[in-house]
Amino acid sequence: MPFKHKDLLGIEGLSPEDIERILHTAAPFKTLFTRSIKKVPTLRGKTVALLFYEPSTRTRTSFELAAARLSADAMSLNVDSSSIKKGESLVDTALNLEAMKVDFMVVRHSVSGAPELLAKSVQAHVINAGDGNHEHPTQALLDLFTMREKKKKIQGLNVAIIGDILHSRVARSNIWALTKMGANVRLCGPATLVPQEMRSAFGKSVSVTYQVKEALDGADVAYVLRLQTERQLDHLFPSLREYHEFYGLDARKLAWAKKDCIVMHPGPMNRGVEIASPVADGPQSVILDQVTNGIAVRMAVMYLLAGGKV
Amino acid sequence: MANGAGPLLIRGGHVVDPRNKRDEIADVLLVDGRISEIGRSLRPATGVEVYEAAGKLVTPGLIDMHVHLREPGQEEKETIATGTAAAAMGGFTAVACMPNTVPALDNVSQIQFVLMKARSEGHVRVYPVGAITKGQEGKELTEIGAMFRAGCVALSDDGLPVANSNLFRRALEYAHTFNIPVIDHCEDAELFKNGVMNEGDLSSRLGLKGIPRQAEYIVVARNIALCELTHARLHLTHLSTSESVALVRDAKKRGLPITADTCPHYFTLTEDAVAGYNTLAKMNPPLRREEDRQALIAGLLDGTMDTIASDHAPHTFAQKSREFSVAPFGIIGLETTVGLLFTEMIQKHGMSVMAAIRTLTEAPAQALNLPGGHLTVGSIADVTVIDPKERWEVKTFTSKSRNSPFVGRTLTGKAVLTVVDGKVVMRDGKLLD
Repeated sequence: MPFKHKDLLGIEGLSPEDIERILHTAAPFKTLFTRSIKKVPTLRGKTVALLFYEPSTRTRTSFELAAARLSADAMSLNVDSSSIKKGESLVDTALNLEAMKVDFMVVRHSVSGAPELLAKSVQAHVINAGDGNHEHPTQALLDLFTMREKKKKIQGLNVAIIGDILHSRVARSNIWALTKMGANVRLCGPATLVPQEMRSAFGKSVSVTYQVKEALDGADVAYVLRLQTERQLDHLFPSLREYHEFYGLDARKLAWAKKDCIVMHPGPMNRGVEIASPVADGPQSVILDQVTNGIAVRMAVMYLLAGGKV
Repeated sequence: MANGAGPLLIRGGHVVDPRNKRDEIADVLLVDGRISEIGRSLRPATGVEVYEAAGKLVTPGLIDMHVHLREPGQEEKETIATGTAAAAMGGFTAVACMPNTVPALDNVSQIQFVLMKARSEGHVRVYPVGAITKGQEGKELTEIGAMFRAGCVALSDDGLPVANSNLFRRALEYAHTFNIPVIDHCEDAELFKNGVMNEGDLSSRLGLKGIPRQAEYIVVARNIALCELTHARLHLTHLSTSESVALVRDAKKRGLPITADTCPHYFTLTEDAVAGYNTLAKMNPPLRREEDRQALIAGLLDGTMDTIASDHAPHTFAQKSREFSVAPFGIIGLETTVGLLFTEMIQKHGMSVMAAIRTLTEAPAQALNLPGGHLTVGSIADVTVIDPKERWEVKTFTSKSRNSPFVGRTLTGKAVLTVVDGKVVMRDGKLLD
């Protein structure tokens, strides 16, 4: 059965079966990484254009490696120096790339909905690598993959997501992914960063609390979000020191969770702000596993969008 | 628009005239730019042109009190010529145009420019609205008296509303000197900041910055308080929330000189239209929830909302084809207002034809002290004929822009004749020079 989606724009539009399919496909790709030849010929001759309208090292490198390990040719558009600075619209840039016959467009954009606009305009497969405050689907898929690797199943897990939910595309994609797969999601942060609508917008298995203790009580996963430190200027919290005191994950707070609770973070970390170093580097941290798994999951996504058979 | 027309007899139509409470089959004779006679079985003298209006509604010329004609400065979106052509096609004989042009209509020569262009190129009457503050910057009052004398009919900093309550108070008081109404777009700029759609579940899911409903009704409440203080005439435009309707209803009960309007999109659509990042559903104020839509409908039915305005806001296709957060606010409306009013308000919600016609004729004429808005012998010969049964699909536009969320929708009710100053400017969907 072919994977029926042309694009991967968000987790919202995926069924639990779709998600299962991606995770299932990613597993054998991961076994490649321990071999001396880490490459399969699956997407030989395909071209992947990486359009990053926002700086990113980790996600872009991960997609580049995913493409390389599938034998596709990836090229990064250095957006800073390219047409956008000359005022070319997103759709025009995309149409030009389309005219160059690229097969995939991986887009990271500061504006919510930009990948959707792109997908409507081109035949190529569009993969959302993070759009504004909307979604970051491959991040959520790699997070699920990591959770399942460590916890064997997603169903019934208690996952606390702590931090700036309001501005987080990682949070939104994870909320969709986790609730579709049967986990319970607790969102935690100061009320300025965790709007009440997050409960009504995403359904019954999502709860909101302003107390980290409550969020971590019985938690299997502590998912810490990166804090954009410039948010302080929008009156969203008074100081980094206060933020760390109430919401930064340190050993004292982590002890409120289950003994085998894993610690996750999408990176890059602000050590000493949303997460304390002993926790980030401690035995419960799976943060670097997330990075490894990201490549396998992105390989699976490209493979399936290209019509790959499992 | 110069009158060179011969006499016109509009025969056998159903005349609906809220001012004169006329609601009957009658003939209307127009001579020399004036309404000459209204009655049964008028005999046309030889040489009188006759328009057979049997089965149709004959109403005072429709007035849209809130449009953006974009000239001067943004002629790629609309001009006075194309915007007034769209108005004529939609059945409007007059429009009041907002001052947020480039540069803003904030002095006598800008007002004169618009009036001059309207006289030479316009298809319908154009009433310029002048800015309240210079450059719409919210700092210094414009020369309100001089602009009024030059022909500006109202004041507004539409799009960039005056945040400073003291300055707005002074504007209301000073405008009161000339009995010129102030129109306010109610918005708290700081609460609104960078918002692009209604704040709620959908904005949370889409990851778009929300505009809380409070950003509107906080300012509605402030404005009502300032109206109480000054007793100056105030018109609140394009209201979108249920709380705004309730505040206006209460203010009117207390006898304050307040009028208000809403737009067809607020009584027809909800924020659900934004799903999929549809930029054609992006406007300011944003589309709200179903409860708000119902409250606006109730407000129109009980008369709390006096008028309906289109907030016709043309933008180029390229601008509306951008990312949702980047695309400009606004939709066009002159050519769909009548269809939406008849389809949504009269057919679906049982609004009487008389009350519906009042929102586009007598009510805006009174709110802005305009001539017309009624069919009284001796008054200006601005008349619209509407076919209430015509079913049509929204497809093409006479406006220079086509940013409408209603494309593809089938509406029932359409203007078939627009007469300005006794002269036919649109007949059966065709513009006449």
